[in-house]
Amino acid sequence: MEAAIESPGGSLPELTRVHWRPRASEQLLRETGRLWTASTVAHTVPFLVAAVVLTALLPILAPVSLVLLVHAWAIPELYASRGAKVLRPRRGELGPAERVAAGLLGDLVDHGPRELVARTGVALERGRLGVWLLGEAGALLVRPGARRVNCYCVKVLDGSLPPSDRIAHLLLALRTDEAGFATVANLSFSGARWRVRRRLAPSARAALDAAADIARLGPRSTPQDRDVCTEGQCATGPGSRSFSP
Amino acid sequence: MSRLVRMDASGHTTVAEWTLDDAPAVEAAVLAFRAELENGYFALVSEGEGHAEQVRELPIDASLVILRRPIAGG
Repeated sequence: MEAAIESPGGSLPELTRVHWRPRASEQLLRETGRLWTASTVAHTVPFLVAAVVLTALLPILAPVSLVLLVHAWAIPELYASRGAKVLRPRRGELGPAERVAAGLLGDLVDHGPRELVARTGVALERGRLGVWLLGEAGALLVRPGARRVNCYCVKVLDGSLPPSDRIAHLLLALRTDEAGFATVANLSFSGARWRVRRRLAPSARAALDAAADIARLGPRSTPQDRDVCTEGQCATGPGSRSFSP
Repeated sequence: MSRLVRMDASGHTTVAEWTLDDAPAVEAAVLAFRAELENGYFALVSEGEGHAEQVRELPIDASLVILRRPIAGG
């Protein structure tokens, strides 16, 4: 049994609204990931088997088999598409309120992640459970090793806030209690990174690539190895890298 | 100069400013802080990547205290 993820900043008060949920932990996320994989297999394999059997028994039914194969391909894609929506890009004009909010968000993050926010509209935060990407409408967690991502629908309950304030709300809640944040948020997809990546807007795709580079280094361990960077930039050793635009 | 900032529709609003040696300003900030908490805001002090502390009393020695709204699964 693994130790729970500690939250020295205190528990998220929002946890009282989802008191029935077990608190997120490394072990729980691993089990959830396995369940999602099993679910994908259960959705896909019967269609594949039926397509093969039908074609083998009656070749004239090949068109039906083709439809079954399309189903086997489409179902996981629909789940991944739903997951990718958590990082949908900003829409419309950025007014004065957004410029003020962007300034505050920029003050909250380090130099590298600040440039990433300006470039992609997505905030990056390294945590114990993996590397987080925070957008207006949700969060994406790149798990250690960067092969699996979890997509969470989570947002601030105030529709009047400018986009950067929405992201800042999620960032501050995440920093207060990472496990609590993962508990409050609704998991909309867990699966292969490549499935989500191709459904993202180009800017969010760049953010995902940056997060994956960091996730390959493993989870955050000490405050000293915070500075990180994207591919091809200023590597002086693991944990001492910085972003570039 | 310490600041109490509320994230709102304007981007953010400075609710109170104080220095430790200005007792009336500290008192006004404490009152403003409590009023915001009663309005449903949560208060935090961010301490860089990976850590923020939720506070229920105004930490008068903090340089920046941020008020946020609740979040929920979408």
